[in-house]
Amino acid sequence: MFELLGVPPQVLFGQLLLGLINGSFYALLSLGLAVIFGMLNVINFAHGALYMIGAFVAWFLLNKLGLGYWWALLLAPATVGLVGVIVEKTLLSRLYKLDHLYGLLLTFGLALIFEGAFRHQFGVSGQPYPIPDALKGGQNLGFMFLPNYRGWVVAASIVVCFGTWFAIERTRLGAYLRAATENPVLVQAFGINVPVMITLTYGFGVALAGLAGVLAAPIYQVSPLMGSNLIIVVFAVVVIGGMGSILGAIVTGLGLGLLEGLTKVFYPEASNIVVFVVMAIVLLIKPAGLFGRER
Amino acid sequence: MTAETHKMTTVAVRQTSEDTTRRTLLLAAGLAVGLAAPFVLYPVFVMKVLCFALFACAFNLLIGFAGLLSFGHAAFFGGAAYITAHAAKVWGLPPELSILLGAGFSAVLGLAFGALAIRRQGIYFAMITLALAQMVFFLALQLKFTGGEDGIQGVPRGQLFGLFDLNQPLVMYYFVLAIFLFGFALIWRTVHSPFGQVLKAIRENEPRAISLGYRTERYKLLAFVLSASLAGLAGGTKALVFQLASLTDVQWQMSGEVVLMTLLGGMGTLFGPVVGAALVVTLESYLAGTNLPVPVVIGAIFVVCVLLFRRGIVGELQAFLARRKS
Amino acid sequence: MLKTLLCGTALLALTAGAAHAQVSNNVIKIGVMNDRSGIYADLAGEGSAIAARLAAEEFGNKVAGTPIEIVVADHQNKADIAANTARQWVDTENVDVVADVPNSAAALAVQGITKEKKRIFLMSGPGSTDLTGKACSPYGFHWTYDNYAMAAGTARALVEQGKKSWYFITADYAFGHSLEDETTKMVKQLDGKVAGSVRHPLGTSDFSSFLLQAQASKADVIGLANAGGDATNAVKQAAEFGITQSGQSLAGLLLFISDVHALGLQAAQGLMLTTGFYWDMDDQTRDWTKKFEAKAGRKPTMVQAGVYSAVRHYLKAVEAVGSDDPDKVAAKMRELPVNDMFAKNGKIAANGRMFHDMYLAQVKTTAESKAPWDYYKIVKTIPAEQAYLDPAKSGCSLVK
Repeated sequence: MFELLGVPPQVLFGQLLLGLINGSFYALLSLGLAVIFGMLNVINFAHGALYMIGAFVAWFLLNKLGLGYWWALLLAPATVGLVGVIVEKTLLSRLYKLDHLYGLLLTFGLALIFEGAFRHQFGVSGQPYPIPDALKGGQNLGFMFLPNYRGWVVAASIVVCFGTWFAIERTRLGAYLRAATENPVLVQAFGINVPVMITLTYGFGVALAGLAGVLAAPIYQVSPLMGSNLIIVVFAVVVIGGMGSILGAIVTGLGLGLLEGLTKVFYPEASNIVVFVVMAIVLLIKPAGLFGRER
Repeated sequence: MTAETHKMTTVAVRQTSEDTTRRTLLLAAGLAVGLAAPFVLYPVFVMKVLCFALFACAFNLLIGFAGLLSFGHAAFFGGAAYITAHAAKVWGLPPELSILLGAGFSAVLGLAFGALAIRRQGIYFAMITLALAQMVFFLALQLKFTGGEDGIQGVPRGQLFGLFDLNQPLVMYYFVLAIFLFGFALIWRTVHSPFGQVLKAIRENEPRAISLGYRTERYKLLAFVLSASLAGLAGGTKALVFQLASLTDVQWQMSGEVVLMTLLGGMGTLFGPVVGAALVVTLESYLAGTNLPVPVVIGAIFVVCVLLFRRGIVGELQAFLARRKS
Repeated sequence: MLKTLLCGTALLALTAGAAHAQVSNNVIKIGVMNDRSGIYADLAGEGSAIAARLAAEEFGNKVAGTPIEIVVADHQNKADIAANTARQWVDTENVDVVADVPNSAAALAVQGITKEKKRIFLMSGPGSTDLTGKACSPYGFHWTYDNYAMAAGTARALVEQGKKSWYFITADYAFGHSLEDETTKMVKQLDGKVAGSVRHPLGTSDFSSFLLQAQASKADVIGLANAGGDATNAVKQAAEFGITQSGQSLAGLLLFISDVHALGLQAAQGLMLTTGFYWDMDDQTRDWTKKFEAKAGRKPTMVQAGVYSAVRHYLKAVEAVGSDDPDKVAAKMRELPVNDMFAKNGKIAANGRMFHDMYLAQVKTTAESKAPWDYYKIVKTIPAEQAYLDPAKSGCSLVK
């Protein structure tokens, strides 16, 4: 059996596949951030907290209302999106005329409130959420045992990511959206209700975070802290990718997941900081990020 | 027209001279409070307030006067705490040297972070500093000398210059007060120096400052390093006050806390961060004895500050006084 | 201002309390300090305060003719807040005893202060063996468990069952390393072997990669040298990858019943772990649990039960001595055996370690569990002498 850098290829394939799974979470979250940033110029610090709320809504639906995973997949993002719409309408919209940093500070405060409140209510150890029956078990791929659920996560998130990309880059609605990003006053003059569009964009962006939360619930503990550490990594992903393109967010998310998977094989101790190291290097070579435009 | 301008300048001159007297009075009052505080309040508590006040002032130098929001200042604060604690405990260095070493470490770290981060502005700057600080956190967790989650404990306070026994609470207190006043005076000088004026120009309009021939990158980097060193000074001092350095000080929540202190007290005002730090530290120790969830309260203050009074307590007060005068 | 007031009242109390000169300030004040909103809130938190109150109630809230008062504080898992609170408690609020304090950094800080200020410190929450080693104190009592007991107990029991080869998934920081080292020593001492280990950064959410490496090692046991969220995520994902079904055992080296509760039996079943207390052991524990549950709304963890036992023992010593003089009370505490629903014939060694039996437990399967919180099968009792480190080897200066 030949080896690659001292690691059997089966192990390597296995780890790459696992990396892709993590990458799909990064992609979903950084896509949401990118969509929001593109339209609102706000970095949504509450993104991690909303991801957590998505998972908790799924847990709540199952344990209090008896609605299973498939319902959660629909209802949790909708709920989180609704929370987003309310937040945008009542709070964020007051800050657009100011420095964008205030948006960051506001959402940081919101993240603390959401997380603190859930911690107060549910404790920190987290709640269990089972894998839906239809996706239990797994496939033996020869080089590794792949749980069905993980396969589903990759497939689902790739479909959602590229669906979003298609909607924004290739449809009429997306064209309005992009136009409004460039010149909101002009688009408003064409009779398109830009404020409503902004609100819905924010709602959609955080709904993606909610969706990621539901997808994550059966894999990770549903815990109030699940979002707070992830969000910093996703920020780094966003910096690396640059905010220029939707596609950039998706590709960078997946790519960094793969890279992290590789690090877990060759030098596991560093797997948490590899993303930050890459970020530092990218900043040195291309400050605008891999897919970003200097503005 | 000319008369009008003339009148305005005289008013302005009178205002500044009035401002200076008011400021001197305020400063004297502050100093008196600082000197008397340990006899009224619990000294360790006041020392904690002073450490955080210096930390917040250092942070404010960046956000308030250069317009750069760093979300990674915990790395300098906590990093210096570790270095100081290690120097005092393991190498047996005297306290003044240990603290200097801590601050020096933060300066170097600040140079490295600054060189990377000032390549981007605004929100990116915040995210980059946050990510870099997170790297420091992981290092602090994994390196041997930091003691992982136990931290460095039982750090000796030692003898200042070989003369003063810092184990005496009052001696320690005045030592901390002296460090704070030094840091505060340095920031005061910086802000009112030509360098400080250039920083403000960059904050208001960077392209314009560039077109005037200023190499803004250098100014920003220098401000960043200065801010990092002073944050390190505060962190090192805190390590000696509490005789420990732990992960709390390098966590990103700490970076958030210093943002809150500055925002609450008033960004870009000299006294704001001091007021903000005192309030937040008091609030935290008060909340420790209640059943209220601390993060929710802190988060709520954040939101209220951003939405309702962005100038902070001192900023609003100044604006109010200015309004009354006119 | 508040502090001067407090000082004033304290002075008043001092003069007024001349009649009960034996007990300072005319009150026995017990400060329960722990994490009330963070990662240890479920393990300790308000439950520990309830446990301390239950102990005080047993004495009619009065001991040696003076009332018992219990105060609580949240150290928010920050060592500096813990140190600040402890200093303030002792300096201005006349707290006689600090109890619980999970989080090793916080506990070490408080240990330093209580040692300097001569106050009794009853540790139930923290795990670091340094507390009865390098950092031991004549006034510090380590009650419920320590990292060594948890790791070595599980290792010994499993190796003796014939599960000799081990693979570790270790959190990459001092705590994880020491857990791995202690366990490795025990495994090797009993002729087991270590097939390998992988180190993951703290706060890892995805363990699949590490679990696959562990699975590929074909070791009998996968030891989880981590804690809290890391450990629960690892266990949950091990179930997903079918690790226990494929014949490997999963051993949690530092897992608590609150973790098992959070995981749910679906994910946790079959897991082996060591515990210092389980609510459903005998009538005594069940009776106490009933009282506890009436107030807390959930079953007690071993840390909470330990707080009860430690506070109760302290109060017994105060009663026997008739004063709250810390030196006399500490000596009396070492002299008296600990006999309550938590410990049978427990003894306190010179280094402050309370020696009591530990238990090896296996988490029940969903079929075996009959009721909520019916989680453990007690597989084996680990005698106290085997469970804890020999005080002579602890490195504590109090042991001669």
